[in-house]
Amino acid sequence: MRIAFFATCLADTLFPEAAKATVRLLERLGHEVVFPPQQTCCGQMHINTGYQKEALPLIKRYAKTFDPYDVIVVPSGSCAGSIRHQHAMVASAHGEPGPAARSESVAARTYELSELLIDVLQVEDVGAYYPHRVTYHPTCHSLRMTRVGDKPLRLLRQVRGIDLVELPAAEQCCGFGGTFAIKNAETSTAMLADKMTSIVSTGADVCTAGDTSCLMHIGGGLSRLRAGVRTVHLAEILASTEYS
Amino acid sequence: MSTFLGMPVTAPRGVGHLRGDQSFPDAAREALGNAQLRRNLRHATTTIRGKSGRVIAELPDWQELRDAGSAIKADAMARLPELLEQLETRVAEAGGVVHWAADANEANAIVTDLVRRTGSDRVIKVKSMATQEIGLNEALEAAGITPVETDLAELIVQLGDDKPSHILVPAIHRNRSEIREIFLRAMPGVDPALTDDPPVLAAAARRYLRETFLSTKVAVSGANFAIADTGTLGVVESEGNGRMCLTLPDTLITVMGIEKVLPTWQDLEVFLQLLPRASTGERMNPYTTMWTGVTPGDGPQNFHLVLLDNGRSAVLSDPAGRSALHCIRCSACLNVCPVYERTGGHSYGSVYPGPIGAVLSPQLTGVADNASLPYASSLCGACFDACPVKIDIPSMLVHLRNKVPHGRAERAAMAAAAYTMDRPKLYASAQRAAKLARILGRRGRGLPPPLSGWTAGRDLPEFPKQTFRDWWAQREQP
Amino acid sequence: MSSRDLILGRVRAALRDAPVVPVAPRDYRPAGTNRADLDVLIDRLVDYKAEVYRVPSAEVAATAARLAGDGAVLVPPGLPEEWRPAGAYADDHLTADRIAEAGAVLTAAAVAVAETGTIVLDASPDQGRRVITLLPDVHVCVLRPAQVVASVPDAIARLDPCRPLTWISGPSATSDIELNRVEGVHGPRHLHVLILTD
Repeated sequence: MRIAFFATCLADTLFPEAAKATVRLLERLGHEVVFPPQQTCCGQMHINTGYQKEALPLIKRYAKTFDPYDVIVVPSGSCAGSIRHQHAMVASAHGEPGPAARSESVAARTYELSELLIDVLQVEDVGAYYPHRVTYHPTCHSLRMTRVGDKPLRLLRQVRGIDLVELPAAEQCCGFGGTFAIKNAETSTAMLADKMTSIVSTGADVCTAGDTSCLMHIGGGLSRLRAGVRTVHLAEILASTEYS
Repeated sequence: MSTFLGMPVTAPRGVGHLRGDQSFPDAAREALGNAQLRRNLRHATTTIRGKSGRVIAELPDWQELRDAGSAIKADAMARLPELLEQLETRVAEAGGVVHWAADANEANAIVTDLVRRTGSDRVIKVKSMATQEIGLNEALEAAGITPVETDLAELIVQLGDDKPSHILVPAIHRNRSEIREIFLRAMPGVDPALTDDPPVLAAAARRYLRETFLSTKVAVSGANFAIADTGTLGVVESEGNGRMCLTLPDTLITVMGIEKVLPTWQDLEVFLQLLPRASTGERMNPYTTMWTGVTPGDGPQNFHLVLLDNGRSAVLSDPAGRSALHCIRCSACLNVCPVYERTGGHSYGSVYPGPIGAVLSPQLTGVADNASLPYASSLCGACFDACPVKIDIPSMLVHLRNKVPHGRAERAAMAAAAYTMDRPKLYASAQRAAKLARILGRRGRGLPPPLSGWTAGRDLPEFPKQTFRDWWAQREQP
Repeated sequence: MSSRDLILGRVRAALRDAPVVPVAPRDYRPAGTNRADLDVLIDRLVDYKAEVYRVPSAEVAATAARLAGDGAVLVPPGLPEEWRPAGAYADDHLTADRIAEAGAVLTAAAVAVAETGTIVLDASPDQGRRVITLLPDVHVCVLRPAQVVASVPDAIARLDPCRPLTWISGPSATSDIELNRVEGVHGPRHLHVLILTD
């Protein structure tokens, strides 16, 4: 299958390993990955901070860039959620019915990584090998906006060598929330502290999730604590094999 | 038709409790420093989440009830003028008197005047968000009338000279030993040997208020609902203080927001299932009183209903914000909110705290007067899933953020970011820009404000040697 | 312009966009879905700290007298004679003090909801005015099995909204101290439910 890849601005810029892993994984499964270079950012930060007008060109850019493709993958539950639940709404609220219709059409072809694997490619065992103790944080937007359910866990359970341990209070927010972490930094830090306590209590070496944004937040906190737990994107675990 | 006289207006300044003295981040900072408060809140919200989850799981049709509740509320709001007129007619036919209050000042004046005409200098009150919102107690006190809060939590707040911090449990920020200290300090005639055992504390409130219930001629209440087609009002409660206030006095004055009206008696079958399970986590709350006007020989013989706007019509005028009026004040959204759990209700400034307060207060006052509240959320979405009438609070927060007046520096930064991101070549060179790399690459060091809050508790990621985009381009080279 | 006209005008202006609202879906279990189950009712009553007794009509009076302890039993004027304990006194415009001094108040009920453990009083002559079930510390309530319905929609369908209604689920309680339910605040601290076996 020919799959268009939306890397997201954050993975492109700061976490290229997550983006590269997505490409490696899909190619290993026998699919063709294309990266349309006109892509930049989904505009969620602008929308969620109260700058819909500024987000509008980014929304239109996403729709225009990916309209030629039948299947688009995003290694982020949060960006997928914004594309699906915000893009068309913002466009139509700003009197752009044409682009709103295109956004809706492209959004229907946009999948978060675990959705693509399970719903479209119908594969649960991706042939990965990852000999580490891992705990999974279901990010809020994956869980309650994109609603990926237990798909990431189903994929992780098939990984060979993995010691998957349950995260207590998993569904509680880590405190990132985009610019929330800046505008309400103290509250965000308090939420992060509880999330880190839960993660450390599992004894895992690795905390994984489907969003680089939350992982950046959690990883930044764990690094400051010198907790000895790394954050790794779901795609990186699924892309790992005995030979990599 | 000229509509300018009837244009919706927001709640007036200078009266009531819809605006805080501080921004949310400033108030939250103080609350976060209070370890006892955070322990109390965590214990309480964890307890209620568990209880509520268990009794909701008992119902096979919870989601269908939510769908019905949401639609009934939308229907009621869409037909609000006709329903209010119908309610007025039915209440009047049943012997009640209906008053209309455009804002907090008018509502306070109406109630004060009604109490004065009874000759009483004291009223007993059953917990009501609407009367807190309008600052009725302060208005009555200014007129020489003593309002006595009879709900246990409200009594704790009143005796502690404190402010409510939760819709359902206003003293949620206090634990049993703090409550004992407040009673010992401020409750006249209390037994000095009082312990902090909850039944003992409850018994102390029972003794303290019994004589007041029996001797006070006027009560003020709110209402959980009003039924347009029958004129029936209802108050949902636990302790029996509501029954006392609604049954014993000669005169009952009920202050109710105009959004509380439901079309039909049958609609109650939905809300009486949703409310107790979502709020206190009970199959049914201990007591619910329903009355229609005046019943000769039973209960208050004078009944006044005050219908309050105070900004509600302004909320109704925004199609993307009006469903905030669907709120049935269950407080489920507070109990699941990770922000509320850590900051408590006082941080929100308004009597309406938590996620629903963050969307309701700014709309009642106009967003400029509560500009920090739409940002008091990580948009985690737990509130939407918990809401028994399915109010999409996260989407409404995002909508309100777009209406908040932004600061100049932030506006410039966001515009610059959007400009860059809409130009892939510029964007790619910005990614590579040495300057950006240097700033972001100062691992573990502080960033300048407003980003300094981030680096206070977290390390920044290492800036990678190569972006994905560059890696891809290199890989595509033959 | 009156405030009434002002508010109604504002509300009409707020609805200028004429929101179209579909008919509310009512896919939940409507009235008549399930048969009332006495065991469920008893389970739910007991769970919320009411005490339940299965008794024949002939034993109502003696049971109520026993539950009143040393005090006299207060009854509404229309209580069936057969249930009335010896020495009971009826409400006839009694003062609050006279009502409060009862050892127990004995009433009938209008409806009971099994699923929620709720009893509803509608101030009929066998239940009396609202105050008599509020001030005494013990409420003894007699239920005929035919009065028990399965769910809240069943109860709403049976009740007359024009009567003053009191829905009671267990004794007076509060969750205001650390969100733990504590029985016994302002209302009766003891609720006894007598379910008739005949």
